Amino acid sequence: MFEKIILKNMDHPQSHTLEAYVESGGYKALATMLQKYSPDELIEQVKQANLRGRGGAGFPTGLKWSFVPKNAENPPYLCCNADEGEPGTFKDRAIMEKDPHMMVEGMIIAAYAIGARTAYIYIRGEYELCIERVEKALEEAQAKHFLGKNILGSDFSLDVYIHRGAGAYICGEETALLESIEGRRAQPKLKPPFPAIKGLYDSPTVINNVETFACLPHIIERGANWFRDIGPEGSPGPKLFCLSGQVNKPGLYEAPMGITMREFIEDFGGGACSGKIKAVIPGGVSAPMFPESELDTKLDFESLAAAGSMLGSAGVIVLDDSACVVEVITRITEFFNHESCGKCTPCREGLDWCAKILRRLEEGEGTHEDLEHLDTLCPTIFGNSFCALGVGASWAVQSALKHFRPEFVQHIEQGKCPFH
Amino acid sequence: MELSGELVGEIRQVADNYPNARSAIMPALYLAQAQYQYLETDVLRAVAVTLDVPEIWVFELATFYTMYHTEPVGKYHIQLCTNVSCLLGKAEHLKQYMEERLQIETGETTEDGKFTLSKVECIGSCDKAPAMMVNQDYYENLDQVFVEQILDRLMVQSSSDQET
Repeated sequence: MFEKIILKNMDHPQSHTLEAYVESGGYKALATMLQKYSPDELIEQVKQANLRGRGGAGFPTGLKWSFVPKNAENPPYLCCNADEGEPGTFKDRAIMEKDPHMMVEGMIIAAYAIGARTAYIYIRGEYELCIERVEKALEEAQAKHFLGKNILGSDFSLDVYIHRGAGAYICGEETALLESIEGRRAQPKLKPPFPAIKGLYDSPTVINNVETFACLPHIIERGANWFRDIGPEGSPGPKLFCLSGQVNKPGLYEAPMGITMREFIEDFGGGACSGKIKAVIPGGVSAPMFPESELDTKLDFESLAAAGSMLGSAGVIVLDDSACVVEVITRITEFFNHESCGKCTPCREGLDWCAKILRRLEEGEGTHEDLEHLDTLCPTIFGNSFCALGVGASWAVQSALKHFRPEFVQHIEQGKCPFH
Repeated sequence: MELSGELVGEIRQVADNYPNARSAIMPALYLAQAQYQYLETDVLRAVAVTLDVPEIWVFELATFYTMYHTEPVGKYHIQLCTNVSCLLGKAEHLKQYMEERLQIETGETTEDGKFTLSKVECIGSCDKAPAMMVNQDYYENLDQVFVEQILDRLMVQSSSDQET
């Protein structure tokens, strides 16, 4: 059994308190960092560790930090993306509810690296307990001088504020998140300029995910080489996986990346409910699904990308042979259509069409022509909008059409959903 | 209308977290909603006055973000997740059950103003699906028996509230 890193404190009944966190060795990394590293040396450490962002894109964290200009006119900001909303994902909720200090310590480390003096945590509005726990954690950290003015007697100071989201999935997209903090409708902006150059209030800004921050204290404490040795070369470090759907033991699991989908579902999840897996969505509903025959693909950034999908938010959803793929992809598309911010026409109009066609097919009122429409509509949406929402949505539909076309045809020919 | 002095104080305090007033609109709307239950036009105008920002800035946020209510919602706002993991856990059956029990369609409020039933997107309880929230409280691993118990309890609770 490998050692749990991110989830190590979860079984402690008071794991969310500063006392429990410090008892488990928490905030030692912060003291070590202030003594041992300059900001540049710290960035180098994180690059060495090859920590890749845990929010979805897997972008190298150290590299992202290094894009922040030194001595910029406006001081840089740090933001924590805690707007977890990708269906099938609940890992950041667990960190914030059960071990908020691990995230907070990581944020202080990141702020030091990029020279930020102010940070915002963007937490989705529904996560009331997370907000409460993180608020309390910030107060506790402040009282012990881990936060605020002259942290642990150094000349480094940091203020952290919570910004509560209000029910818009799109805020998980980093430019939309910044728009939302600025008090605007959360509509993504064209990049470049990237936030590292021009972000929040036009200042250089780094946005990292909750789990990414939670990795940082461990990198400082145990070193870049230790981190790099966990999991495959291109996707190192501990990783949280959210397992849900028609599986015997759904839950939040920590594992090194590189485990195959089949191993993960069998060994951690106890297999599919019916005993027979039909399909697996590997990284939240934006990630293209795999049929059973491809489950030996490894759960890591590179293997999934090479296989035409993505690790995304590591929300693994299992469909057993009682599930209707057409119903599932219809619901996914209705979700994306609902959450499209409306800025870009291909996404706004295209997803509305897609959702209507799919609903028709699911209800047994679709035609072969509808399928052909989907075949042309999806590539029209893909890549033609400012952000990745439409991309993920159309990609997911294409994967269902590619692997499960006979199921769509069955709906058309039988004039009803064969599963209901 | 004018906001109470206390609410104005709270809004001013949260505005200190940001370099400009526009950023404070979202937290201000939450504070106002907590006090007035929903955000009618006059409340939105009063928030704009308090923060000294154009009304449109307030209106556009109140109508973009789904957690701000510009219409009254029931005392108990039931928000059932029907996204993939909950769908696979038969959330649609629970939706039908609640519609029948409350005698409303999803998206509606009961005549007595007690219950609003909404279908929502993923609430991050996928491993404990199906799940729903009633106001801010999570209910997970739902089945019809559990939902029945929750509704029974809320109905008793709401009628005893009425008596007191």
